[in-house]
Amino acid sequence: MEKDLILEVRNLTVKLENEIILENLNFEVKEGDVLTILGPNGAGKTVLLKTLLGLLPYEGRIKWKKNVKIGYVPQRLPFIKEIPLSVKEFFKLKEVSEEKIQKVLFSIGVKDLNILKKKIGDLSSGQFQRMLIAFALVDEPQVLLFDEPTAGIDIGAEETIYTFLEKLREEKNLTILLVTHDLSIVYKFASNCLCLNKKMLCFGKPEKITPQTLAKLYGGKIKIYKHRHLT
Amino acid sequence: MINIFSLVTGILISGVAAYLGTLMLSRRMSLVAGPLGHLTLPGIALALIYGFDISLGAFPFVVLGIIVIWLFEMKTKLPMEALTAVVFASGVAIAFLFLPIEQAETALVGDISRVGFEDMLFTLFLSVLVFAVLRKSYSKIVLINISEDLAKVQRISVKKYNFIYLALIAIIVALGVKLVGGLLTAAIVAIPAAASRNISKNLFEYSLFAILFGILSCVSGIFSSQLFSLPAGVLIILFNAAIFSISSVLKR
Repeated sequence: MEKDLILEVRNLTVKLENEIILENLNFEVKEGDVLTILGPNGAGKTVLLKTLLGLLPYEGRIKWKKNVKIGYVPQRLPFIKEIPLSVKEFFKLKEVSEEKIQKVLFSIGVKDLNILKKKIGDLSSGQFQRMLIAFALVDEPQVLLFDEPTAGIDIGAEETIYTFLEKLREEKNLTILLVTHDLSIVYKFASNCLCLNKKMLCFGKPEKITPQTLAKLYGGKIKIYKHRHLT
Repeated sequence: MINIFSLVTGILISGVAAYLGTLMLSRRMSLVAGPLGHLTLPGIALALIYGFDISLGAFPFVVLGIIVIWLFEMKTKLPMEALTAVVFASGVAIAFLFLPIEQAETALVGDISRVGFEDMLFTLFLSVLVFAVLRKSYSKIVLINISEDLAKVQRISVKKYNFIYLALIAIIVALGVKLVGGLLTAAIVAIPAAASRNISKNLFEYSLFAILFGILSCVSGIFSSQLFSLPAGVLIILFNAAIFSISSVLKR
């Protein structure tokens, strides 16, 4: 493993119930990189994140840097709203101090600490998404695996979340692996991009992703809005 | 005259059962205690015939039931509820092969008035044990209930806590049959938690109200059973149901 690599993946194949979900992936991630994972529904993006987390069986090699601490933002948590749980108690499930909870809330731009008393089930989807990110970050991981929800957060909130992730990356050298559907995010924040549809269709700098690659990835149904988000 | 041993035993069992129920409800497993309770009937029958503690008779049958359901599930991949139906009905049927009919009421709806000092000590020991283990593992089991993936990322051993959780259910069901019999055990686990969820804003209130509702129903049930000479087990369930109805009206 090279020195500044935090993750190295070689010949990774994942079969679930004898169906090949991911086939022969090869890529690596450097410390402080933002790797975006693009692909259509059913491409195996969530499976890839879960495999990297050690939650699923696989063939091949996944090598994380020694003693690396990983935070995970799942796509959704369907059962959480069935439990009467305040935001504070949600964080406490991770057995972290109140100081750390406040710190992480400030850092994601939540200034009103009354949110801690709110019931998780009463949060708006944007607020809930932020709490999931804060939950992943509260014990200060070096790597964040972020499975973006297909729908939910409005663009405004999304912008700030990614601006915030970018800030974290700069300040703490946080490495981010991000499943996303928003190409503008890929072009703005990503150091590298992995195009996935069971097989790896591309891996490299976002600038190198051509409309042809994307057409191949999404079967020609994609509308590219790379130039709409000018900042 | 209220038997103080019955009262204390009842309070202990109903409080801890309600606390456990809060975890079972958030996992959509409230009803599991029902079939497991029915499964204990052959054990209760044996205990009544040979005159030993009915919880002692019940416990091996709950454990056996859990193991049999688990083995069937591995082998057949049928849904857990279908297998539970197969196993619990068999348990009830077997019990009625040899359950003395004059003892049927005790077996089905419990008889807390029979409890003596030693029973109370035995229950005290187990209740404190279950409560302590639950308290210690509560937040981990909640996280597992929310998402096994998140729990595993936190390096929580899901297998270990599932095992602890099942063991606690087995103990509570075995204790519960003393109070409400083999038929009604699901109720003392499920109803206080359901009522509490209706009105709680957070986990702390959720557990606290569930325990209080469980105990309140139990005490009211035992006192009114003296008054009306009706089985306490039945009245406890009815008080639980009444509290649930009120909580549904108050639901925010």
